[in-house]
Amino acid sequence: MFKLNIFFIFVLIACALGVVTSQHTARKLFMALENEKGIERKLEVEWGRLQLEQSTLIMHGRIEQIAKENLNMTAPAASSIQIVSISNAEDRLSPKGLVP
Amino acid sequence: MIKIKPEIPQIKLSAWRSFLLLSLLVLGLVSLAGRAAYLQGMHNNFLQQKGELRYSRVIEMNADRGMITDRNGQILAISSPIASVYADPKVVKITPEQLKQLSGLLETNMAEIDDRIKRENSRFVYLKRQVVPDTAEKIMKLKIPGIYLSSESKRYYPESEFAAHVLGFTDINDEGQEGVERGWQEILAGELGSRRVIKDNKGRIIEDIENIRTPKPGQDLVLSIDRRIQYRAHVELKDAVKSNKAKAGSVVVLDAQTGEILALTNLPAYNPNRRSTINNERIRNRALIDTFEPGSTLKPFTVAIAMEVGKVNADTIMQTAPGTLQVGRKTIRDVSNKGELTVAQVIQQSSNVGTAKIALSLESQTMWEMFNRSGFGMLTNSGFPGEASGILRPYNKWRTIEQATMSYGHGISTSLMQLARAYTIFASGGELKPISLLKQTMPVMGQRVISRDTALAMSRMLEMATKPGGTAPLAQISGYRVAGKTGTAHKLIDGQYANKRYISTFVGYAPASNPRLIIAVMIDEPSAGKYFGGAVAAPVFNKVMSGALRIMNIPPDAPANNVVTFTATPEMDEEG
Repeated sequence: MFKLNIFFIFVLIACALGVVTSQHTARKLFMALENEKGIERKLEVEWGRLQLEQSTLIMHGRIEQIAKENLNMTAPAASSIQIVSISNAEDRLSPKGLVP
Repeated sequence: MIKIKPEIPQIKLSAWRSFLLLSLLVLGLVSLAGRAAYLQGMHNNFLQQKGELRYSRVIEMNADRGMITDRNGQILAISSPIASVYADPKVVKITPEQLKQLSGLLETNMAEIDDRIKRENSRFVYLKRQVVPDTAEKIMKLKIPGIYLSSESKRYYPESEFAAHVLGFTDINDEGQEGVERGWQEILAGELGSRRVIKDNKGRIIEDIENIRTPKPGQDLVLSIDRRIQYRAHVELKDAVKSNKAKAGSVVVLDAQTGEILALTNLPAYNPNRRSTINNERIRNRALIDTFEPGSTLKPFTVAIAMEVGKVNADTIMQTAPGTLQVGRKTIRDVSNKGELTVAQVIQQSSNVGTAKIALSLESQTMWEMFNRSGFGMLTNSGFPGEASGILRPYNKWRTIEQATMSYGHGISTSLMQLARAYTIFASGGELKPISLLKQTMPVMGQRVISRDTALAMSRMLEMATKPGGTAPLAQISGYRVAGKTGTAHKLIDGQYANKRYISTFVGYAPASNPRLIIAVMIDEPSAGKYFGGAVAAPVFNKVMSGALRIMNIPPDAPANNVVTFTATPEMDEEG
């Protein structure tokens, strides 16, 4: 009986140490997870900032200004636009592209 | 040496003393055991809580406000995190040198900061809200005890003033104040969450105990707005308001097939990124909350119902000579004596007398029903806060003269949005389409108001208004057939028609063969000489429409040389 009790005490101590170790591991892993979440959050913020920047860069007014002033572009007049209907285009489509 | 054995006296202690000692010891033991049992057993919860308080913390979890994008997914409003600097006056210890650096970084004068951090009876005081992240980092590097950062979010509007009235703005606490931000506040706003965690001695979170509330991030909103058309509309409106020295102006662009609002803009406008530019005058979303007498733009509705009930057809001859019509004691006037006109010409040349005559052949109830089913006097349910319904008085209170003047848009009031929506009837073959500010993914069901035949006949008449003999030559677009109607109305101020103050409007759609876009333009008090709708509002329509047609890649339905130059038939609405 006494021997059995001693045995159980050792088992108990082993289990207790096991609990402590796994708790510690769990906390460590959890900290790592929190860390990664923090990085995720930072990246999200960065993504938002980049989206905002892109949105500012592609403002219609800015593009129009650059097209007009830097690239000397103009919107074509209706008279210089030729409409090609799909059926026509298919007829004239050769392997080399559109044949006039 | 003689050892003397000391004599130990025999002392006889009385028995009660040892007994007393023993009982005291036992009593002490019992009370300790009792106390232990009490703490361990009965008081356990309380103590555990106290214990947890030492290391467990409740953490707030932010929920971002949703993004607002246009129909193509481009960002119109986005929240970005930003820091606010606050102090705990009880903890603050600051050296004069640090104070100087801090005031430099916060761009606030030293006396003010000093004053705030010395508020003895407070434990929380903002030093500055919404500081850019770089500055916030520098402030933290000063390592002043008692000065902290809290993270907040700030709303950015990349379109600045171009979409100001559509989007509105949020206040410093992220609550929507105007426009979409306010109307859709509940969808956009997230719900803050919180959770209880255990922190170690270095302040790192090491365990999650419970989720008190899961944060709910705000939903993103996809509007029906097309950013490019919105930009075009605003720029052209700005030009027109400036060159006509007008007080205000609005433009509404609708998708004729789905009723989606592609653009909505007003002047004067504000920049939602800079709160200092906001005032009551600029904040008004005129296209939705201001009503006006629509004038001639209402004539097509009168003619349409007369055709629908079979009173007239497009070729019925109306005698408008001598250019005036006596109704009771009032006289309705045309600009000139136009003699005999067909019904189509009445619309084309915008004859008040002709329209009034047609109206007087109708029952007042019939006419009221037409206006009512066209959505006048009723909210458009766009979802915008503060939308106006306009006024359409009940038909049993109409006097004859009122029925006559209402036929050409006087004695009835409408917002520009209602007017634009009403034109979906002519553009969509007789159906009134519900308007929407959110992108539609399903085809929308309209409500039939007039038959397809009547709608097509009206559409042809409206197209004539932009052709020789019409009132709106400037609305013509090279390569496209355009239909529309001009309106010029005296402004109603305190119930009186104001002299020389006008509201010029133009509502039209293109391509007329298969309408895709409806544009309504309103210019308030043009005062640079011109005031006819055809001269002031039609050019804006022209520019916005041709830009929008190109942006949306809508194929032309007319040869490129379809624009003809002619002088507009003058039109002016007189009060009845």
